[in-house]
Amino acid sequence: MSGEPRLVEVRKNVLKQNDLVARALRERFRQAGMFAVSLVSSPGSGKTAFLEKTLTMLRSRARVAALVGDLATENDAARLARSQAPVKQIITGTICHLEAAMVKNALDGWDVGELDFLFIENVGNLVCPSSYDLGEDLRIVLLSVTEGEDKPLKYPTIFNSADVAVITKLDLAAAVEFDEVMARRNIQAVRPGMEVFTLSSKSGEGMAEFLEFLQTRRRQCRAAVAV
Amino acid sequence: MHELSIAMSIVDMVQEAAERQGNAQVQFVYLRLGLLTGVVKEALLSSYEMACAETLLEGSTLVIEEIPVEVFCPKCDGPRLVESIQWFCCPECGTPTPKVLHGKELEVVALEIRE
Repeated sequence: MSGEPRLVEVRKNVLKQNDLVARALRERFRQAGMFAVSLVSSPGSGKTAFLEKTLTMLRSRARVAALVGDLATENDAARLARSQAPVKQIITGTICHLEAAMVKNALDGWDVGELDFLFIENVGNLVCPSSYDLGEDLRIVLLSVTEGEDKPLKYPTIFNSADVAVITKLDLAAAVEFDEVMARRNIQAVRPGMEVFTLSSKSGEGMAEFLEFLQTRRRQCRAAVAV
Repeated sequence: MHELSIAMSIVDMVQEAAERQGNAQVQFVYLRLGLLTGVVKEALLSSYEMACAETLLEGSTLVIEEIPVEVFCPKCDGPRLVESIQWFCCPECGTPTPKVLHGKELEVVALEIRE
């Protein structure tokens, strides 16, 4: 080796490849008139139960489908299939998050033009998924009443990357002395103005209000496209 | 722990750039890392070492500049650095604001090479 050290400018986003795939997906969804919703949370906060309830309730009114990410097993896909909606499992192996390319590959053979909503359940993880755009129109972060009101303060990054928060397992709130005011205050601290829903996938309490919101958001998003 | 996949993306990107410079030997890689990316500096540094093993970049050093979180305060009508990412508000007037200007950077800015 010879010569003096030299500085070469690069200026390149490390996640550019993922962002490009995500952008292409978002455009594809937009053109198809489909609304994509992703779910992030810690393991065990009730993503799959919430999604099963959502698919079951929404299926009579809209064309819905779901992709579900896990490190291993097809258990979640089997659970969600009970809703009768098309469901595909994404097995990530050792990878702790979904990436846009995994979503793209999982959609092979699906016509998104035949769908109104696509739900993407991320791997249960409150850290890694925050960095990866999946091309979704709406990112929902779930927080169950059993996890503690300070979860948003412990994982501000993921709450900050999401658009809406859903507090789940409301049927257990009294048993664990859940402080809803405190939880809402913590969510607002890390993401001022964030819309928050409280519900129980088990009893169905709060689900109707959430589904109404989802349909309104889809209409607004797609109406903006038409203009 | 997604720092290893991030480190591998950095290695791919830098190798490509080094090839364009005639397979130059890379000594330093300069990276800007926002504090809102969810990527941990220490984990990224050790992952980088692993990702470099048996590549052209083996022996190179990753230099990380951490970028603080800057928000736009609607009341002060200007950019402000937040004091904590647990409290998205203006440090001066206390107005809450979700508008993030900086802190999401994850960018290779430059390489130092020897030809």
